[in-house]
Amino acid sequence: MTVYHLKTPISEEEIRKLKVNDVLYITGTIVTARDQAHRRALEYFKEGKRLPVNLEGLAVFHCGPVVKKEDEKWVAVAAGPTTSTRMDIFEDEFIKNFKVRVVIGKGGMGKRTTDAMAKYGAVYGAFTGGAAILAAKAIKNVKGVEWLDLGTPEALWIFEVEDFGPLAVAIDSHGNNLFTDVAKSVEENRKRIYQKLGLQP
Amino acid sequence: MENAKIVENAAFNLIKQAVIYLPKDVKQALEKAYMEETSEAGKTQLKAILDNIELAEKYQSPICQDTGTIIFYARAGANFKNLDKVEEALTNATRRATKEVPLRPNAVDPFTQKNSGDNTGRFIPYINWEIATGDTLELTVMTKGGGSENVCVTGTLVPGEGINGLKKFVIEAVIKAGAQPCPPTILGIAMGGGVDIAMKLAKKALLRPLNEPNPNPEIAKLEKELFEAANMTGIGPMGLGGRTTVLGVHVEYAFRHPASFPAAVAFNCWAARRAAARIHTDGTVEYLTHKEKV
Repeated sequence: MTVYHLKTPISEEEIRKLKVNDVLYITGTIVTARDQAHRRALEYFKEGKRLPVNLEGLAVFHCGPVVKKEDEKWVAVAAGPTTSTRMDIFEDEFIKNFKVRVVIGKGGMGKRTTDAMAKYGAVYGAFTGGAAILAAKAIKNVKGVEWLDLGTPEALWIFEVEDFGPLAVAIDSHGNNLFTDVAKSVEENRKRIYQKLGLQP
Repeated sequence: MENAKIVENAAFNLIKQAVIYLPKDVKQALEKAYMEETSEAGKTQLKAILDNIELAEKYQSPICQDTGTIIFYARAGANFKNLDKVEEALTNATRRATKEVPLRPNAVDPFTQKNSGDNTGRFIPYINWEIATGDTLELTVMTKGGGSENVCVTGTLVPGEGINGLKKFVIEAVIKAGAQPCPPTILGIAMGGGVDIAMKLAKKALLRPLNEPNPNPEIAKLEKELFEAANMTGIGPMGLGGRTTVLGVHVEYAFRHPASFPAAVAFNCWAARRAAARIHTDGTVEYLTHKEKV
């Protein structure tokens, strides 16, 4: 296990050094996007329209934050990750088109995303579910927000972060997926459990 | 102060305590899990969880952005005054907590999809009533997260399979849930009654402190067996692999119909938030789970 501290924009070369089980902290810019923002971003790309923020080398964060406005300025109060599997249907195109280098969320992602990460050079960083204050404290500044018409949880929040993490590298850019590995060993363990409890499958 | 206002204030404090401070037994179980975890990925997750708990206490912020659905358990002494005012007091406390703590508004009309904005609505906050002797009101609040709610299951098992059928049902539920309920989780399990009764008992079992096994030694043995089995899955903290998938397993039961074997598994995420207080008729409030001032 190696601990990496990377600054955005992150290059393909830098991200390809990371392997599953490494730990990553990010300093720089991360942008939130959930289901609706992913869908709209891909529509923009298709229509040849530019995104309101250039995502190249940045991290996309599956998160619907709790935000409040203090003296006309947005503040992130709590910003834990949401379940990433819902974004599986968009993420391969998203990585390919916008060249994001890190996808942050919880619960893991599937084969399509894993393949895209290997092909274009990106990793999946699992952030601890529920650790909303840990995340919020690493957000130093809300640089901006776009697409607020989608509602605050679904908007693109542009966060300036310092040592945002720990992110467990659970999918690397070499085709390894920790969640798939865990699922495989759980299948094996199920047999042992049934045996121990004297159960018939 | 009038009785209803005392109940409202106590309920407000309970909600605030619950969402900011984890009960001691849950915190200790997470610390123990961190010490014993051998998987690097799992250990990193547990460390982040412990750091987050500390930060939430320091900044008096809710532990998780999902502050849950507000559920009360009210054990009411038959001679407690103004019992008819309690429901309104709990609703008012929920509204106030949403604004002042603050909580995320989590009450949505399932038909119109409209969020009420204040965590109240039809049947919400939900109140589980129990009538007891005496003149005190014992109030417990559980703020139940959505991720762990989505994997709760009920089923009707084959009575002929007996307890083995239940064991299988529980193990399959844990494996299917995987990373979704934010493990390490607490499992509330119940058998018997009817499907509604089983789930009600299973959910209530989540309130039992982690260091208290079921007083029936046979049931306590089953709890231990299921605890070890669930942790053998290797799902681990946040599903990234490791030794700790569950922090505790609590089993309850009711007698069943000869032809039915209802069963229920309720999950609670690691942020297993609960707080309790006893309100006396003279207006004094005893906080039972939390010593922190809010």
